[in-house]
Amino acid sequence: MARRRRLVGLALTLPAVVFVGVFFFAPLVTMGWMSLHDWPLVGRTKWVGLGNYKDLVTDSSFLHSLGLSLLFVLVATPLSVLLGLALAVLVQKNRTGAGVFRSVFFLPMVIGFAAAAYIWLWLLNPDVGHVNQILGDLGLMDKPILWLAHTGTALVAAVSLFVWKNVGFSMLLLMGGLQSIPDEIREAAAIDGAGRMRTFGSITLPMMRRTIALVLVFSTVGSVLVFEPFYILTRGGPGNSTTGVVQWVFSTSFFNFDLGYGAAASLVLLALLVFFSAFQLRAMRDES
Amino acid sequence: MTRFRRRRDRIRRTVAIAWWTCCLVLSCVFLFPLAMVAMTVVKTPAEAVASPPTYLPRQLSFDNFKELWQAGLGMDTYLGNSIKVSLLTVVMTVILATLAGYGLAKLPFKGSNAVFMALLAPMMVPVQVLLTPLYLVLLRLHLSNSLVGLACVYTMSQIPLGVFVMRNAFASIPNEIEEAAWIDGCSLVRAAQSVSLRLATPGLATVALFAFFTSWNEFLAALILLNSDDHYTVPVLLQNLITGRFGTIDWGMLQVGVLVTSLPCIIVFLILQRYYVEGLLAGSVKS
Repeated sequence: MARRRRLVGLALTLPAVVFVGVFFFAPLVTMGWMSLHDWPLVGRTKWVGLGNYKDLVTDSSFLHSLGLSLLFVLVATPLSVLLGLALAVLVQKNRTGAGVFRSVFFLPMVIGFAAAAYIWLWLLNPDVGHVNQILGDLGLMDKPILWLAHTGTALVAAVSLFVWKNVGFSMLLLMGGLQSIPDEIREAAAIDGAGRMRTFGSITLPMMRRTIALVLVFSTVGSVLVFEPFYILTRGGPGNSTTGVVQWVFSTSFFNFDLGYGAAASLVLLALLVFFSAFQLRAMRDES
Repeated sequence: MTRFRRRRDRIRRTVAIAWWTCCLVLSCVFLFPLAMVAMTVVKTPAEAVASPPTYLPRQLSFDNFKELWQAGLGMDTYLGNSIKVSLLTVVMTVILATLAGYGLAKLPFKGSNAVFMALLAPMMVPVQVLLTPLYLVLLRLHLSNSLVGLACVYTMSQIPLGVFVMRNAFASIPNEIEEAAWIDGCSLVRAAQSVSLRLATPGLATVALFAFFTSWNEFLAALILLNSDDHYTVPVLLQNLITGRFGTIDWGMLQVGVLVTSLPCIIVFLILQRYYVEGLLAGSVKS
C-alpha cells in the first residue's frame, strides 16, 4: 500500500515535471548552447565559444540598452516603493472607505501592460491627448510638449506608466508589513514620549525592513524587464535612446536574426536577475 | 473635561476630512486614465480624433465599436483567439497544478522535495528572457505560430505559483478527513475528489485567476511566437491597429480595443479580488 501510494504520488507529479522539463529546462539549456554559437534563424550554426560574450562587453548598443534599463530601475523603483509606502500608511487601517480605496489604487495592476501603454500613448499625444490639454487649460504650458519625441520626457512617460500600474502591488505588500507590527509596540513608544513621526521613523520602518527589501527586489526585477512602455510608446526612439535591454534582445534575435548573440545577452540579463533573486531569497530566509 | 473632549473631537474630525480628501484626490488621479477611455469610446469617430480633444462626449455613438469589430479579420477572430489561449492556459494550469500539488502534499515519494524545487524554478526566470530558445523548441514540436504552443508557454510560467498554492492547500487539509472517507467506503479517487478537492477550492480559484490574467494580458511572447494575422490575440491586434496605417491612428477604435482587453480583467478582479490578492501574497512573500 505504501509503495503504491508513493508510485501514485510520482505519477501525479509527472505531467507537471514533463511540462516544465520541455518548456523550461530544455529552452534554458538550449539558450546556453546557443549563446556559444553564431546562430542565424535559417542556415548553418557555427561554434564561436565565448565569442558572443566578448562581443557583448564592447557592444555599445547593448551597453547603452543595459544602461537605460538600469536608469529606469533607479528612477522607477524608489518612486514605486515610496509612493507605495505612502498609500499603505493611508489605507492600512480598516476604517470606512479604506477597502474601496485599496481596490482603486490596486486596480491598474490587473490591466495588461500593453493596454495601459496604449492609454498612455493616447493621453500624451500632442494633438488628441488630454495631458497637454489639461496643462494648457491650467496655464502651465506655453507650447505643446512632444512627450514621446525626446528621451527625457519619454522616460518620464514610461516611469509614470510603470508607477501607475505597479504602485498598488507595493502598497499591498507594505500594508501587510505594517499590519503585522503589533499595536502594543507603537503604543509603548507613544507612552515613552515618542511622536508619530519619530515612532514611524525609528520603530515602524526598521521593523518593516524585510518587507521593504522584498518590495525593492520585486520592483527592481519588474522594472528591468519592462518592455511594453518603451516598445509601444517610443519604439525605442528617438534613435536608440530608449531601447531597454529586453527590447534589445528582442530586436537582435528577431529583426537581425542573430539568435546566438541574443541568447548570450539573455543569459547576461538572467545572471543579473538571479543576483537580485538570491538577494530576495536571503532576505526571506532570515525571516523564517 | 468637556472642553478637552470637544477639542479632541475637532482634531479627529479634521484628520478624517484630510484623510477623505487625500484618498479621493488620489483616486481621481488613479482612475483618470480609465475614465477618459470610457468617455472616448462612446464619442463619434470624428470627435475621438478632434484636436483639441473634448472632455465629455458631445454626441453618443457606437461607431467606434462597429469599426473595431470589422478591423483586420474581424474582432471575433482575435477575441476568439484570446479566449482560446486563456481557456487552454487556465485548464492546463489547473489540471497540472492540482495533480502535482496533491501528489507532493499527500503522497510524497523519494526525491519529492527536489521535484518541488524544480517545479518552482521557472519563477526565477521570467518568460521574456527565455523567448528565443522557446521559439526553437516550439518549432521542433510543430507548435510554432500556434495558439496551443502559446498556451503551453503561459502554462509553464504559471506552474510554479500553481503548484506552490495547490501543495499548500492540500497540505493544510488533515489526512484524517480523507482517511475517514475511505473507511466510509470511498475509493482513494473518490475520497480525493469529494473531500480534498472541495476543501482546496479557494486555492484552485487563485491559480485559475492568475493563469487567466497572465494569458489574457500578455503581449511580448504573443508578439514573437505568433506570426500570422489569423492567430493574433487582442493585445497583438492593438499593436497592428497602430502600425497598420501610415501615420494616422484611429484613436477611437484603439480605445475601444483597450476597453475590450481591460474590462474582463477589471470585472473579474472586482468580483474575485480576495483570491487574487491571496495569490499575489503567496507568490511573493510566502514562497
